[in-house]
Amino acid sequence: MTAHSDSNDDVATLEEALPLEALPLDAWHRARGARMVGFAGYHMPIHYDGIMAEHSWTREYAGLFDVSHMGQIGFSGDGVDEALEMLLPSDIKGLKPGRQRYSMLLDQDGGILDDLMVARPADGAFDGAAIYMVVNGATKYDDMAWMIEHLPDEVVMNHMDEQALLALQGPEAGEAMAALVPGTAALTFMQCGAFDWNGVALWISRSGYTGEDGFEISLPADAAEAFADALCALPQVKPIGLGARDSLRLEAGLPLYGHDLTPAVSTIGADLGFAIGKRRRAEGGFIGHGRVMKELADGPGTKRVGLKIAGRLPAREGAQIFVGDNLVGEVTSGGFAPSLGAPIAMGWVSLPHSALDTALEIDVRGKRISATVTPMPFVPHRYRRAAA
Amino acid sequence: MSRYFTEEHEWIDVEGEIATVGITDFAQEQLGDIVFVELPVEGATFDKGDDAAVVESVKAASDVYAPISGEVVEANGALEDEPALVNSDAEEDGWFFKLRITDMSELEGLMTEAAYKTFVAAL
Repeated sequence: MTAHSDSNDDVATLEEALPLEALPLDAWHRARGARMVGFAGYHMPIHYDGIMAEHSWTREYAGLFDVSHMGQIGFSGDGVDEALEMLLPSDIKGLKPGRQRYSMLLDQDGGILDDLMVARPADGAFDGAAIYMVVNGATKYDDMAWMIEHLPDEVVMNHMDEQALLALQGPEAGEAMAALVPGTAALTFMQCGAFDWNGVALWISRSGYTGEDGFEISLPADAAEAFADALCALPQVKPIGLGARDSLRLEAGLPLYGHDLTPAVSTIGADLGFAIGKRRRAEGGFIGHGRVMKELADGPGTKRVGLKIAGRLPAREGAQIFVGDNLVGEVTSGGFAPSLGAPIAMGWVSLPHSALDTALEIDVRGKRISATVTPMPFVPHRYRRAAA
Repeated sequence: MSRYFTEEHEWIDVEGEIATVGITDFAQEQLGDIVFVELPVEGATFDKGDDAAVVESVKAASDVYAPISGEVVEANGALEDEPALVNSDAEEDGWFFKLRITDMSELEGLMTEAAYKTFVAAL
C-alpha cells in the first residue's frame, strides 16, 4: 500500500531536504498522542483522535490548533504605512488600531507570493510593532527576503520567532476564551488587541481558518504549554491537528497557499479582490497593480472556483478538469468534506467555464466524475461580526 | 484456512484456490478515516504487484496491490455503502476482494502472522 497523493505535502522542496525543526509545543503534542508529520520544515501534529472526529469536534465545540510554524513579523519605524502600501494591495493607512485585514504579497506580474493577515496594534500594545503581520510557514523566509529587498531602510522588520501562535476555533471558542481571558468577549471578527493571562502577554485577534468563530493567539513560546493546558482543561476544548485544519478550511472555501494560490495566479482570478481597498484600486502604487487593474477591466484568464463532486470518490489536487475533450482546469485542493459527507474540491478553470452551475468533468485515475461549479463557502461561515 | 501477510500491509486468507484480500488493522490505523474504496470489477485479472484497488482516506489516496496473481471473483460491495468498515473491521468484514489464485507457489513468498507482527514492530 502506497500513498500516491497527499494534500498536506509541503510545496517548499528545499525545506523538505533540510532536517525538521521542533516547535514550542512539540513535546505537548506527542504527550497527547499526536501523529507527527513534516510540514513547512517543522514536526507538526497531523491528528490525535482522527481527522473526522477532530473536524466534527471543531464544528460543534472548540478546537485548539498549534500554528506556530507561521511567520509572525512586526514592523516599525518612520513611514511604515507608506512602505507597506507599496508591498500590499490593501488599505494600510485606513487600518484602525485594533483591526486586522486579509492581504497578500504580489510580485511584479501580480502573481501571489503569499497570503497573510496584517494588523495594527494600538500604540505600544504589542512589542513596539506599528504593524503586525502573520504569513504562511512554508513561505516566511522568502517573504521576509522579498520585503527586506523592497522596504526602505527606515522601516524595521522584526521576525518574532520567540512567539508561539495558537488558534482556538469553533462555536464554543468565544465562551472558552472568555473563561481564561474575559476581555476577549468584546472582540468581533477581525478585531484584535493585547490581553493578559496570569501575567503572560497575549496578542489576540478574532479570526481563523476554519469558517467558525474563534481566535488566533500570539504568546511567548515559553508560556505556550501552560496556556494550551489551561484551554484544554476546559470541557469544550480539544487539540486538533493539521489534517482537520485542512478539511475545515476547504469546507470554508478558504484557499491554501502553495496549492490554491501560487505565483502563477492573480488576486482577481483567485476571487480575493475584496482584499484590495477601493482607494488602492484607484490610486495604485503597489507592486502588481497593473495586473489587478487589467483583470478588473477585462476579467482574469482563469478563476478559482468551488466544485461539488457527484458520488463519493474524492478528486484530489492535480486532477484535471474537462469539458468534453477540452482540458479547462485543474483541482488545486480536494478531499472529503466531513461536515457534508461528500467530496468537495477547489480548482482553477478557464473563465468561460467558471460560472456557477457549470457542469464539468474531473479525471480521477482515468475515470471521469461529474462536478458542478458551486458557491463557496461549502459550509456557511459563522464569524462573530460586529452589529451593523 | 491460512492467513498470509505482505510488506504492503495486506492480509490474504486462502481457502482452496480462492484468496480473500484486505488491508491490515495497522494499515487502516495509519490511513485514518476511510471515505471511499475503489474496488476491482469481477473478472479482472492481475499479476502480482498490479494496482488492484484504491483506498481514499480523508487526507490521501493510496494504492492497494494484488498480493498474488489471480482473477477477481468477487468485490466487497458493502464497502461502497460503508467504507468506514475498513476502519472498524479491517481484517474481517472490511475485506476488499476475492481472487482465484493463478499460481499457488506465489504464496510461499508471503509472511505469516508472526512474521508480519515482527515486521510491523520494527517500523
